[in-house]
Amino acid sequence: MAAANPSVFLLMVNGQVESAQFPEYDDLYCKYCFVYGQDWAPTAGLEEGISQITSKSQDMRRALVWNFPIDVTFKSTNPYGWPQIVLSVYGPDVFGNDVVRGYGAVHVPFSPGRHKRTIPMFVPESTSTLQKFTSWFMGRRPEYTDPKVVAQGEGREVTRVRSQGFVTLLFNVVTKDMRKLGYDTGPADTQGIAGPSLPQGIPR
Amino acid sequence: MNPREEKVSIITEESTANDEDAEVGRREKSSKVQRQQRKKQPPRADSEEMVTGKAQPGQEEPEMHLLSMPARRGPRSLPPIPSMSRTGFAEFSMRERLREKLQAARSKAESALLQEIPTPRPRRLRSPSEKELETEFGPEPCKESQATSHRNDSQSYSRVKFHDAVQKIKSKPQAPPGFPSAEEAYNFFTFSFDPEPEEPTVKARAKNRDGTHQEEEGEEESPAGGMNKMVLNVIARAGTPQKDEEELLGSQDAKDFLLGLDPAPDEFVVVRPAEYEGTHTWLEKEKELLFFPSRRAVPTWKKLPENVQPRFLEDEGLYTGARPEVARAQQNVVENRLLRQEPERKWFGDDGRILALPSPIKPFSSRPRPLAQEPSAQAGLETHYKKAVKYVHRTQHVVGSADPPGSFQLDIDISGLIFTHHPCFSREHVLAAKLAQLYDQYLARHQRSKAKFLTDKLQALRNAVQTGLYPEKPHQSLDATQKTIKEYKSEIRETRKLRDAEQEKDRTLLKTIVKVWKEMKSLREFQRFTNTPLKLVLRKEKVDQKADEEAYEAEIQAEISELMEEHTEEYEQRLGEYRASYQQWKAWKKAQKAKKKKKKQAEEHPEGEAEEELYPGEEPVKPIPPELLDHAVLEQQARERAAHSRRRPGEPVLLPELSLTGSVTPDDQCPRAEVLRREDVKRRSVYLKVLFNSKEVSRTVSRQLGADFCVHFGQIFNLQIFNWPESLTLQVYETVGHSSTTLLAEVFLPIPETTTVTRRAPVEEVEFSSSQHVTLDHEGVGSGVPFSFEADGSNQLILMTSGRVSHSVAWATGDNGTPLIPPPSQQSLGFRSALKRADAISSIGTSGLTDMKKLAKWAAESKLDPNDPNNAPLMQLISIATSGESYVPDFFRLEQLQQEFNFVTSEELNRSKRFRLLCLRSQEVPEFRNYKQIPAYDREILEKVFQDYEKRLRDKSVIETKDHIDTHRAIVAKYLQQVRESVVNRFLIAKHHFLLSDLVVEEEVPNMSSEGSGILGLSLFKLAEQKRPLRPRRKGRKKVTAQNLSDGDIKLLVNICRAYDIPVRKPPASKSQQPARSSRTFSDRHAASPGAHSPPHSPDTPLSQVSVRPFVEVSFQRTICHTTTAEGPNPSWNEELEFPFRAPNGDYSTASLQSVKDDVFINIFDEVLHDILEDDRERGSGIHTRIERHWLGCVKIPFSTIYSQARIDGTFKINTPPVLLGYSKERNVLLERGLDSVRSLSEGSYLTLFITIEPQLVPGESVREKTSDLLKKFDSQEDEKLLQATEKFQAECALKFPTRQCLTTVTDISGKTVFVTRYLKPLNPPEELLNVYPNNPQATAELVARYVSLIPFLPDTVSFAGICDLWSTSDQFLDLLAGDEEEHAVLLCDYFLFLGKKAWLVMGNAIPEGPTAYVLTWEQNHYLIWNPCSGHFYAQFDTFCPLKSVSCLIGPDNIWFNIQQYDSPLRINFDVTKPKLWKSFFSRSLPYPGLSSVQPEELIYQRTDKAAAAELQDRIEKMLKEKIMDWRPRHLTRWNRHCTSTLRHFLPLLERSQGEDVEDEHRAELQKQLGDYRFSGFPLHMPYSEVKPLIEAVYSTGVHNTDVPNVEFALAVYIHPYPKNVLSVWIYVASLIRNR
Repeated sequence: MAAANPSVFLLMVNGQVESAQFPEYDDLYCKYCFVYGQDWAPTAGLEEGISQITSKSQDMRRALVWNFPIDVTFKSTNPYGWPQIVLSVYGPDVFGNDVVRGYGAVHVPFSPGRHKRTIPMFVPESTSTLQKFTSWFMGRRPEYTDPKVVAQGEGREVTRVRSQGFVTLLFNVVTKDMRKLGYDTGPADTQGIAGPSLPQGIPR
Repeated sequence: MNPREEKVSIITEESTANDEDAEVGRREKSSKVQRQQRKKQPPRADSEEMVTGKAQPGQEEPEMHLLSMPARRGPRSLPPIPSMSRTGFAEFSMRERLREKLQAARSKAESALLQEIPTPRPRRLRSPSEKELETEFGPEPCKESQATSHRNDSQSYSRVKFHDAVQKIKSKPQAPPGFPSAEEAYNFFTFSFDPEPEEPTVKARAKNRDGTHQEEEGEEESPAGGMNKMVLNVIARAGTPQKDEEELLGSQDAKDFLLGLDPAPDEFVVVRPAEYEGTHTWLEKEKELLFFPSRRAVPTWKKLPENVQPRFLEDEGLYTGARPEVARAQQNVVENRLLRQEPERKWFGDDGRILALPSPIKPFSSRPRPLAQEPSAQAGLETHYKKAVKYVHRTQHVVGSADPPGSFQLDIDISGLIFTHHPCFSREHVLAAKLAQLYDQYLARHQRSKAKFLTDKLQALRNAVQTGLYPEKPHQSLDATQKTIKEYKSEIRETRKLRDAEQEKDRTLLKTIVKVWKEMKSLREFQRFTNTPLKLVLRKEKVDQKADEEAYEAEIQAEISELMEEHTEEYEQRLGEYRASYQQWKAWKKAQKAKKKKKKQAEEHPEGEAEEELYPGEEPVKPIPPELLDHAVLEQQARERAAHSRRRPGEPVLLPELSLTGSVTPDDQCPRAEVLRREDVKRRSVYLKVLFNSKEVSRTVSRQLGADFCVHFGQIFNLQIFNWPESLTLQVYETVGHSSTTLLAEVFLPIPETTTVTRRAPVEEVEFSSSQHVTLDHEGVGSGVPFSFEADGSNQLILMTSGRVSHSVAWATGDNGTPLIPPPSQQSLGFRSALKRADAISSIGTSGLTDMKKLAKWAAESKLDPNDPNNAPLMQLISIATSGESYVPDFFRLEQLQQEFNFVTSEELNRSKRFRLLCLRSQEVPEFRNYKQIPAYDREILEKVFQDYEKRLRDKSVIETKDHIDTHRAIVAKYLQQVRESVVNRFLIAKHHFLLSDLVVEEEVPNMSSEGSGILGLSLFKLAEQKRPLRPRRKGRKKVTAQNLSDGDIKLLVNICRAYDIPVRKPPASKSQQPARSSRTFSDRHAASPGAHSPPHSPDTPLSQVSVRPFVEVSFQRTICHTTTAEGPNPSWNEELEFPFRAPNGDYSTASLQSVKDDVFINIFDEVLHDILEDDRERGSGIHTRIERHWLGCVKIPFSTIYSQARIDGTFKINTPPVLLGYSKERNVLLERGLDSVRSLSEGSYLTLFITIEPQLVPGESVREKTSDLLKKFDSQEDEKLLQATEKFQAECALKFPTRQCLTTVTDISGKTVFVTRYLKPLNPPEELLNVYPNNPQATAELVARYVSLIPFLPDTVSFAGICDLWSTSDQFLDLLAGDEEEHAVLLCDYFLFLGKKAWLVMGNAIPEGPTAYVLTWEQNHYLIWNPCSGHFYAQFDTFCPLKSVSCLIGPDNIWFNIQQYDSPLRINFDVTKPKLWKSFFSRSLPYPGLSSVQPEELIYQRTDKAAAAELQDRIEKMLKEKIMDWRPRHLTRWNRHCTSTLRHFLPLLERSQGEDVEDEHRAELQKQLGDYRFSGFPLHMPYSEVKPLIEAVYSTGVHNTDVPNVEFALAVYIHPYPKNVLSVWIYVASLIRNR
């Protein structure tokens, strides 16, 4: 009965935080967490994670590789509030203080399949040059009160940020019962009848 | 492609069919060539052949056929030809023949060409094949020569060989690269032939060929023909099997053999001059061959079928679209060609033109133009400075877009306005207006003086007649003179009539003026006052009586004579007429007589009779001879007329003169009605609106109406315009007082001529009138209302408001004197009509665009093509507008296609429960704010989800009295709810307004000011600090952000340490009562004099007895834990109790947690063991005891306090009932020593507690922090300077003592920032409280404090969840009957100020409330600290004072911040005059500006309805009894009525004494009445807010929790009403067990 008339759809995301490009920094680690709407609930897997510290590769790429796995399953009744992964990268500064090196967020891909995403990262800027100096000196750079801020649009107009680098993510997305509930998320779905069409958003 | 190919093949067939002789020729020729080839053995043969080949045009063709022959041989067949005998021509020389054939073939081909189109394709295709053939033949001869070397041996063999070789090449095209295969391939691929239709003919030919061996081949000259062969070759090869071909080969061979053997003419070489054809012949030939289409236009009839008229679709109203541009000549050429080629005219349309689709070329490119140069992209991004220019409308409706875009100016000068009638006119005014009007008329007439002019004219005419009658020089013919005189005379007549009329008019006008003036005078006399300054003076002009009389007489004589003349003339004429008719009559009479005679004669003739009878009516009347008028009669008439219309001779000429010199009666001499009218006039003012193209552009100032009803404006409006004006309108508005403005009338001004320029324009007057009906209650006559001048009301008049506007409209002139007029061409009709076609805007004006009907009219007039897609939207619009005549939408649809894209109707969408749920959640409606996982389908959403919400919406208006027994409180609760909602809305808006600090955590900039200069250094120093100090400081617990939590994650830890002074049991049997405790005086209690009070010793208390076995039960969110039982009145438990915490709706957000209303109840019970062993004999073997628990007291701590404080640590006073039956305070049990004695002074029991939440929650922002943040977001009415000062003050204070809270501004209930001292002001407490102890100020103070404490407590954090602290004023507080510490403290402080005390508001920290407000008063020599919520007061040095720290004091006129080292009230000095200890806000530098209070002047108290209170009391009692029964579902609950009534009597006593000093009497009384009962009970006291807390309180005592079988209960409720509906509730609960 449940299969015939599902009341929720499932979204399984696995993949990994593969690597990062931060030309200026080394010895970074990253945290990830998911931000999702009220109609969403994680059913399995880890919602949050913190990776090992990685150093730059010695080759030309100078890549910071984490290969930090993500594996989580959500259930939902409503595509509104589709999960976003929020990444924050930290690393030591010259004095050895842990400071934030970048925030970034991206939606989990809508359509099932394998997706690679490169997220540009940014950090909030100090409000003044003096602040900048002291924050550099004290090792207390401006940070977001909550990394999840970067997954929301509200209130961002008061901040100024600086771009830092890129993080590459790999997602493998599997959905279940989306089509049965009337959400067609793209060609990679089992039947592949219709072209890609975003799910109908619910008007706010 | 295919059809064309077919065509080509058809041509081939035709040509082959027709050219059989040519074929023959060719065949023969080819044989000749073969012969030549045979002759090739000599090396020169080659060149020779070349020569011959060149010499003959078209000779190369045969060579080609060498190649094609073998292939053709198989399928080639000729149709049966009748003229086989052609072979006979072989006798002629070959060339001759060939030429002939050529000619013939050419003509044939030409004819074929004329029939069919010579498609260029075959021609083009031919050339490669031709070329290849030539080159290919190069090596061929060599092969041939090799082959021919053997030919002698066997010709046939070599022949076969040769064919084979060719065949091989053909069949294997790829074998030698670049050889025939290429050409073949070319043919093969370029011709997509169709073998099907070909095959039958091929077969037929094959058959024929089998039959006939004579093959004649002619060369086909036409390129098509040549090509066709190729086609056939290929076809043949493809179509026929190999075997068949070989078969045929044999027969062919035979023929070749024969030809080859023929020795005759081929051996000769004939040398001839090169053939030359003259240019003319060439041209001739070309003419035959080529077709040049004519460039001349083709007549239409040729292009259309016969007898068909051209039809022009466009004229029929069908849309045809624009044809693409093609040159006319080009078109003609095409038409000519088409006519020639395809006579069926299918390429021509009905209109005789070539069919064409509309031009697909758009007028403009839809693709953006590529950047011209890539590298210049940079240049494109450069910024250029361009000076800002004023935007000038360049659209079509701008007047003369070619003209300099100057604006034009129209000057409207409104000089004034005069009412000719106004509702406020008095009767006199009406007359005055009439008089003025008449006078104006008179003046106008006088100026024109038409009468005089006519008189002069008459005179002149008479003179002329005089001279005409008696001419001095009769140079004119007589009849001409006669004629002129006649004309003159008639003119005289006319003029005289006119003059008479004019004179009469003048005279009547004068008469009317006089009459009106007389009326006015009489009216003035009648009403005894004058309203108008009008005055009429009639000036008499003396005339010379004699001359006048003479002139008069002469005039009359002249007139009479003229009349006489006229009459005679008339008479003459009439006489003539009469005579004529008389003659007639006579004749008739005669005839009649004759007839009569006849009749007599022929009486027998009936027909005569009949005839006679036919004319009886025709008898003409006998004409009456005209009478000659008597002279006297005429004179009489003339005189009469003159008297009527003319001034009598000798009568003085009257010249009226109207002046405004009269005096108006002043107001004080007028009757009341008139004064009213004048006042009304004064209240009225008038202004004009100027409307340009029916849009208001400006208006005049509003001017008061003068007493003379004139308004002078004198304003000039300069209208800067672009368009030629469509209309100019003035609207007259009248304002009465300050109220309504009414539109009186609209005046349409004419648009001035282009010649009228400012300063030359005359001032014109335009009349207006209004249709309004006004009736006034004073002397004013009103408008549109009948009134009368007569006393009896007859002769009614109805006058409408009317007046005149004097204005002038003119075009302004520019600086250089040029008038700023739109070009006159704009108005000229021709121009407009021309434009009308093109542009709707210019023809109907801009404003017309909004008028659908106008637009439709324009569309009809301009004959828009309705089928043109360009006009489609316009036509649609018009059709919509005109179809429903009445329906013209008065709206503009923004997204007209929205309807189509709605996937469901909006009703359906609204019906969707899921959608509704999503909407409500998005709106953050409290019920749904945290709704998780909204189901995917409607059907899964239960209707009851909405029930609560809908109920709440319904209840908004309906006052629910179920929860609130008292209606007033229900109303208040509703009000509170509304206030809360509005504040929540404000807050929600503010919440979405983010500050940087909300998002980004950033270190503060180290303060560089002189005071804090060390801070940066300090922090630098910190860097050098060791990361791991040897003596680590205690670190705070890790705080958890609330969002990630879920149920069960949070625990509430309650650590019960110990208690002091628990009441101890009294021996139940003890009847000996303690003597009543000395009633302690007020001063006793706070006098910090240890030892002053000696507690009474009860002599009979056995020391050995276990006085009490207390345990603590803590309940939170319906979870109950209790400690072990300890012993003694000072027990120590040291136990930690753990409670799970569940947030409402599972929402762990800060706002939600702050609004948790749950309380932690800490109840202290005494565990009593009762031996219930019935039989003493069993005492040795069994223990039967019953555990009873008796409630001793409770401590209630709200969760919100715990949450905001993070931990609560301290000793709390246990809330014990004033009377605890069976218990007493046993102070004497323990020895009095030092501290204990101090403690004992503040009577009561105490409990030491430690409460916290695990894990520690981030308290979000504490309410006050949030306040300060939000304060910036809320607005304020305070002075900006003051606000800056407060910020500065707060910053300074925070710098010194960051933990001490400094309060300067607070938020009032409407969300505005208010300076805090505005709340403090003496306010009167209720009268009756003051009257209780008139002579005891201290008692009064206590009573007042009690009154304040009876107002229910409701923390702001709860009422305004997640929102800042709001301070309501005292009247609001009393109306709401709910508030938190601030409101209580403010009210108490205000009361104390009223009582004449020195009182301050103390802001500080207390337990358990946390940051709170207390009241400090200065008594004679000491300070008292009052807890406004409990009504208790403490001395400054009381150790159990809950106030633990003091941060600032607030007085009515200043704020003092505590800058002492300590903040505990025990250790500080409250003397605010010392600036070293207290930092004051207002000082010498900033003096107190005298801020007005926000509090009301006086509080008004209503007496509470006693009956309602009694009713409430009964209801509560009933409800509680029911509840207790409910709580004991398994047991019978008996009520002891006797006890209840006793208790009920006792409760008012308690109220009166405030719970003191009555215990013992009460106990005695109870003992007396219920001696055989063992009972425990206690009264509960609390302020009344709702029923629920009462029930909770009763429940928490656990009285109902006895399961003794024969237990009885007693419950009594007493409500004491205080003013303003403040109710004090007493509940007495007791359980009784009968002693046996």
